[in-house]
Amino acid sequence: MGTGTGGGRLTDTIEREQTRKPKQEMQTTNEPAEATAAEQATLRKELLRSMLLQRRFEERCAEAYALGKIGGFCHLYIGQEAISAGTMSVLRPDDYVVTSYRDHGQAIARGVTPRSVMSELFGRVDGCSGGKGGSMHLFDKKLGFLGGHGIVGGHIPLAGGVGWAIKYRKGDQVCVCFFGEAAVNIGAFHEALNIASLWSLPCVFVIENNRYGMGTAISRSTANEDVKARAAAYRMLGESVDAQDVFAVRDAMGRAVALARKDSKPTLIEMRTYRFMGHSMSDAASGTYRSREELEENMKRDPIVILHDIMRANNELSDGEFSKLDEEQKAICQDAWDFADASAEPPLENLFTNVLVESTS
Amino acid sequence: MAVITYREALTQALREELTRDENVFLMGEEVAQYNGAYKVSKGLLDEFGPMRIVDTPITELGFAGVGVGSAMVGLRPIIEFMTWNFALLALDQVVNAAAKMLYMSGGQFNMPMVFRGPNGSALQLSAQHSQAWESWLAHIPGLKVVTPGTPADAKGLLKSAIRDDNPVVFLEGEMLYNTKGEVSDDADLLVPIGKADIKREGSDCTIVTHGKMVLIALQVAEALAKENIAVEIVDLRTIRPMDVEAIATSVQKTNRVVVLEEGWEMCGVGAQVADFIQRECFDDLDAPVIRVHQADTPMPYAKNLERAAKPDVPKAIAAIKKVMYLA
Ligand SMILES: Cc1ncc(C[n+]2csc(CCOP(=O)(O)OP(=O)(O)O)c2C)c(N)n1
Repeated sequence: MGTGTGGGRLTDTIEREQTRKPKQEMQTTNEPAEATAAEQATLRKELLRSMLLQRRFEERCAEAYALGKIGGFCHLYIGQEAISAGTMSVLRPDDYVVTSYRDHGQAIARGVTPRSVMSELFGRVDGCSGGKGGSMHLFDKKLGFLGGHGIVGGHIPLAGGVGWAIKYRKGDQVCVCFFGEAAVNIGAFHEALNIASLWSLPCVFVIENNRYGMGTAISRSTANEDVKARAAAYRMLGESVDAQDVFAVRDAMGRAVALARKDSKPTLIEMRTYRFMGHSMSDAASGTYRSREELEENMKRDPIVILHDIMRANNELSDGEFSKLDEEQKAICQDAWDFADASAEPPLENLFTNVLVESTS
Repeated sequence: MAVITYREALTQALREELTRDENVFLMGEEVAQYNGAYKVSKGLLDEFGPMRIVDTPITELGFAGVGVGSAMVGLRPIIEFMTWNFALLALDQVVNAAAKMLYMSGGQFNMPMVFRGPNGSALQLSAQHSQAWESWLAHIPGLKVVTPGTPADAKGLLKSAIRDDNPVVFLEGEMLYNTKGEVSDDADLLVPIGKADIKREGSDCTIVTHGKMVLIALQVAEALAKENIAVEIVDLRTIRPMDVEAIATSVQKTNRVVVLEEGWEMCGVGAQVADFIQRECFDDLDAPVIRVHQADTPMPYAKNLERAAKPDVPKAIAAIKKVMYLA
């Protein structure tokens, strides 16, 4: 695929892992006891599908960016997909998600259609934000997907506001907020966490710790690298999770979401992950602020490969089934591309719409 | 004289002033190890070391305030914002601290500091990353606001800004970094803050502009020369203090004015320029002043909408024909 994360590598890695690794023990999870083995197998397959779709979709994004079909800033999520897949799997349709500019994977995992995401990236009228937002600003109101936001940390208080509204209306929804580890140094993070804890708001704050904020390693930006420890300052639960393991994500998010839903209490969760690509399409994956060796070492812990191996060990997934699943996702992405390509540019008069709503007062 | 890019011109200015005065330091996100998000500080970490080229966490409010505090006790910080869109988080320090410190301390604490970084839109960066802030910042007494449009002005003005004993807001253009021009390598050559520059002489119509729009104005003048319309370009270079004499002199000569700016119309720089002209040059005008600016909307992502939103050569040409009653 020419982008450095193409299907080749993923398949290669999977094959390599299979030939030399002893079969892993079946992953234990906090699934309700009544979930049958068959149900669990279905769930695993669904998580695998979600991660694969995100991966294949973003490989096509990289390709489209190189062709100039996508412009501006484009931040890929490749390597971090277990966080979105695991999180969305414990949310209800009426819950809410707020996120940063690294939002393609989360939007797709939440159910925003690949067609509307790709159309948005292509700047077309069928995009989920009408072509006005682009890569960093995916929105889908009916799915409670409250946006991709471009200012680091700026959206964290919004999650508090959504939590406040839920409490105000005595609802039992939850608001999940995603941001990178570098955002924990921004004032808005601290202000939002204090408010959320003080007022007991149903929020889950998810730090996606991929260890770099652009070119700055966490050790160079953050006095206490144990970022979940910041929860203690606000008398909030804090937890760290190996986020390359989608079940660890699902477990932790399941507990945090339950706490928010039942007791209206916020949690701060550090998802320990790694981004396999550069910060954005204009940043090299390695060679400047991190070494090729470090990147390759971390790419061995590919969340898709990890889940794949577990399923193989459980005899839940044959080679043929995996390729079929993979081919299906690729076809969905091709369809999204074709759809976006055929979608029209927004009509020029749309430049002036949506600045304000027509008010009746 | 050498032909270098706007980016290299800025790097030269930084290097020369860091060498000249050991109280000068550069602080901001990715300025050191990464060589700057837009590579303006390339090589400076190696030359000047980590106490003078300082990487910060993503904490605009915090490090802008650190700059203000260090300036209160005699250092001369250059605070780099990765872009001015993120400087919004630090406006409290720029506006409430840096701009007012001298005044509210009754003259005890001046602020010898520079806040700099790219301003305005690039390509398809959408609403939160495509904003020109000069009219906001120029609104504030206690600040100087500088907007160089060429490599020579970038270098000379940055050097002046660093040597200035007041807080200077220095607005660069992301789309300008790769543009080239002749720049003096004389380390003592300064471009004074507060002085406009006539970028092209002409007798038929004046364009008053600044920053990135200078390039558009030059293209407009070139195109109209073919139609025998001689356009004069007044490049303000500094928005505050504004060189109103230069504007008046040009208006007296051409009697017609178009004000071209990157930002929005409402309370924009052009409003200030037009206000001055109608007050001080009323009798010199043969037509109302016309403004060219960004559409009154947030910046859209889609290529075609973005193009429609931005001020460009055809829009500026149409405005000139209008003030000349040719259209
Ligand atoms: C307030 C602000 N400052 C700077 C930037 C430029 N910027 C965009 S992303 C980024 C790094 C953020 O890193 P992190 O929060 O760890 O998230 P990641 O990109 O790794 O997902 C920076 C500096 C910005 N968008 N907003």
